[in-house]
Amino acid sequence: MRDTSAAAAAASDPGAVVRKIGRYTFLSVLLGFFALPMLWLASAPFNAHPTLNVSISSFTLHNFSVLLKDPYALPSLWNSLLLAGGTALLTVGFAAAAAYALSRVRVPGRNGILYALLLLSSIVTGTAAMVPLFQLAFKLHLIDSRLGVILVFTGGLLPAAIFILKDFTDNTPKSYEESARVFGASPFQIIRHIVLPMIRPGLATVTVWAVVNVWGNFLIPYILVRNPDKYPASVVLYTFYTEGGQPNLDLISAFSLLYSIPVIVLYLFVSHRYGFRFHGGIKR
Amino acid sequence: MARIRTVDLTKTFTDASGGVTALDALNLTVQDGEFFALLGPSGCGKTTLLRTLAGLETPTSGAVHIGDADVTHTAPGKRGVAMVFQDYALFPHMTVTENIAYPLRVRGVSKAEQRQAVLAAASELGLTGTDTTVGLLDRRPGALSGGQQQRVALARATAANPTVFLFDEPLSNLDARLRLEARTFLKRLQRELATTTVFVTHDQAEALALADRIAVMQSGRIRQLGTPREVFRRPANTFVASFIGSTPMNLLEGTVRDGRVLVADSEIALPDGTAGAVADGAPVVLGARPEYFRVSSDPLPGAFGGTVAVAENLGSSLLLTLDVAGTAVQAVVGEEEEPEPGARLWALPRQDRTLLYADGELVG
Amino acid sequence: MARTASPRAAEDPAGLGRARAAGIAAPALLVVLAFLVFPALWTLYLGTTNYRLTGFAARHPHSVGLDNYTNVVKDPAFHHSLWLTFEYVVGSAVLGQALLGFAIAWLLREAAGWLKRLIEALVLLAWILPSSVVAFLWSALLDRDQGTFNALAHTQGTAWVVEHPMAVIIVFNIWRGTAFSMLLYSAALTGVPPTQLATARMFGANQWQQLRDVVFPHIRGHILTNLLLISLWTFNDFTPYQLTGGADTRSQILPVYIYQTALFDGQMGLGAAIALLMLVINLVVALVYLRLLRERRGERTA
Repeated sequence: MRDTSAAAAAASDPGAVVRKIGRYTFLSVLLGFFALPMLWLASAPFNAHPTLNVSISSFTLHNFSVLLKDPYALPSLWNSLLLAGGTALLTVGFAAAAAYALSRVRVPGRNGILYALLLLSSIVTGTAAMVPLFQLAFKLHLIDSRLGVILVFTGGLLPAAIFILKDFTDNTPKSYEESARVFGASPFQIIRHIVLPMIRPGLATVTVWAVVNVWGNFLIPYILVRNPDKYPASVVLYTFYTEGGQPNLDLISAFSLLYSIPVIVLYLFVSHRYGFRFHGGIKR
Repeated sequence: MARIRTVDLTKTFTDASGGVTALDALNLTVQDGEFFALLGPSGCGKTTLLRTLAGLETPTSGAVHIGDADVTHTAPGKRGVAMVFQDYALFPHMTVTENIAYPLRVRGVSKAEQRQAVLAAASELGLTGTDTTVGLLDRRPGALSGGQQQRVALARATAANPTVFLFDEPLSNLDARLRLEARTFLKRLQRELATTTVFVTHDQAEALALADRIAVMQSGRIRQLGTPREVFRRPANTFVASFIGSTPMNLLEGTVRDGRVLVADSEIALPDGTAGAVADGAPVVLGARPEYFRVSSDPLPGAFGGTVAVAENLGSSLLLTLDVAGTAVQAVVGEEEEPEPGARLWALPRQDRTLLYADGELVG
Repeated sequence: MARTASPRAAEDPAGLGRARAAGIAAPALLVVLAFLVFPALWTLYLGTTNYRLTGFAARHPHSVGLDNYTNVVKDPAFHHSLWLTFEYVVGSAVLGQALLGFAIAWLLREAAGWLKRLIEALVLLAWILPSSVVAFLWSALLDRDQGTFNALAHTQGTAWVVEHPMAVIIVFNIWRGTAFSMLLYSAALTGVPPTQLATARMFGANQWQQLRDVVFPHIRGHILTNLLLISLWTFNDFTPYQLTGGADTRSQILPVYIYQTALFDGQMGLGAAIALLMLVINLVVALVYLRLLRERRGERTA
């Protein structure tokens, strides 16, 4: 025990000792449960002969050179980046504009509209709407189109993004905008000079949230993209381990890690900068 | 050269529960260079009036003139006004310099000119050159004290070089000690700039101390318009009488009989100049400020006789609340007096300072 | 009493005006209309056709009325899938994630700094890693011949994913999604006044009594919110497909069943009919949730 006074106190009460042992046992099991599947991700990429087992025999970076040679691995990361970046850009841009309008200009029933949109976005998930989404993309010739995937993602993320950003805008005093207005700033100058910088934390939140969502999503590109050259990393990784024959573990291990790193970095950034709080309970 | 004139200015707000009249056919003229106060309780329409002058509200009817121009439908940025908000509205993501330069940046003034104007405004407002202000111009508003924030807000308004200043509760965000200092500073600044200035306040002391003239407002109307001296000495109605003065005026209901006022079982002389103005037996209200009493432990003719109920020490004086036949009458006595609660005293109001109100309006 | 006019008056502080406001809100609304509202409505129509992905019916779909819906409702395969989905949602979300999430939040409330941070980080990592990665990590972990799990548990030769697919995806989803419940309950627990807990302890209440009498009454709203959200997400979760594939009917939860029917077998009309039922269930859960959210917002502003 690190804490001697606590140990002494515990010693005087057998019940407390049992409880403490019970608690630490539970926490250890918990730790094992959550860590075990991830150990492979940390060890295999650097193992000269990775198996499905967790082992560290000989350290190597060879697996990453296999990755470089694969015709689909690196391009798929680029595809993922395009999809995530494009979606984040559209989502943040459109949502910020709509959120500002809804927050500041009195539109009859604006709260009703917002709740209806939010309701829709939680109902019309990619899973429930995969059939019409596929159809829609097919009719609009957006199969195999990055823009199509981006638009589908944007449509799904926008309602919650608007909701978050409206919250940020609502909490910004109106006197800032009025002050700028009295000094002669035009509405668009006010938005550019005052509003956008003031809701920057909200913009960052929505950006990170959109990027993480798109980066990890499998279903939408899986049904909307047919051309392997345009597969994002999620689909390419899936094909790596489901395609017939012995899976190439050199490749899979290094690729899994590389593909995961941006998310981990973003997580570290967010938890360092803001503490990992979530906004209104929306991830996924 | 900027006189402000409103003509039948009316503003009604409508919401689910119906309409609220915030401004009721208001006619008001603020002279060029004047320091003008809009005073009243919350909800009286003073802030709406200020915002309508700024152009942030559009009047329901009526007109606003600034200088020679009818600006009723002119955009806020084109009226030549600068407004300082209650919370100062300093942009938190800009430095002090950027904040002060903002009005010029919007107008597309060159960087060099912006810099010059910032320095001029900053030195005018005492934001440069002393030990405590070193590096202040590069800080963000969040790193400034309340008093410094106020000065930056004023500097920004000055840098806009407006023909009219509008201040919304300019001192209310400061703590009590700083407020007095800032009040003096503000008055000096306005004298130096000699720019027409309208400010809103709910604090009568602030209005009295700062303004050349005061408009006391209630329910969207002006109840009295005058210099601080006029408003303090001769409140035009019982509303203004009860609102002005740091110790509230005694407003005692009574009746007129034989050239005297019967009030609280006492017979008080009619105020100067009101003899014959009110018919015998008419109900009136006698107004007497606590500061204008002669208090004595010996009986005085024509005085309120009562017992001391409460004595509050105000520092340099004492505020007594007398129980006069069941009516509370307040009087101020000098610090040397120390009456015990329960002591019997006589309080004689100064005849040249008492006021008579009939139907709520000043007589004479 | 006269009401203050100024706060209400402060609409449109930038002077944007209705037309420009509508203009800048339009792109967002158009995208949502096209890619969210329209697909939902179209599902209704598609469900009444014999639309197929390939072949004659792909070019010339015709209406089959409510046949798809009646076929679905009568189809034992659909019943089976619905039941599996129920097992999956109740087992992994309502029981698994919610209970485990609360347990972690409650135990870590007063745990040592590094342990708390480590566990929280791992739980969160499981949540944020891409689904393709975690699906592969789990198939590696549970591999019949080389899997770490069999090596540790001395159960060599057990192909867990093949032999017990439902159990695997339930445990997998608990692992994957507990983070949300943990975060939500941690936040909720900070709102329980420590003085009330101390008072209960002073009167000799044990852990369970403290939970029942002090903690639960305070976080009742959060529990409900959490259950509704994680149920909704789990119900719409497609990740098990990456672990078990689509063909195994023993683990064909509704999302996988729709995929298999509509996009793999190509029966778009039939798939749409199933999807509509899914939309309806989503709608009910979401309506309950929004109602709760509104009530709580109302309380806060009141």
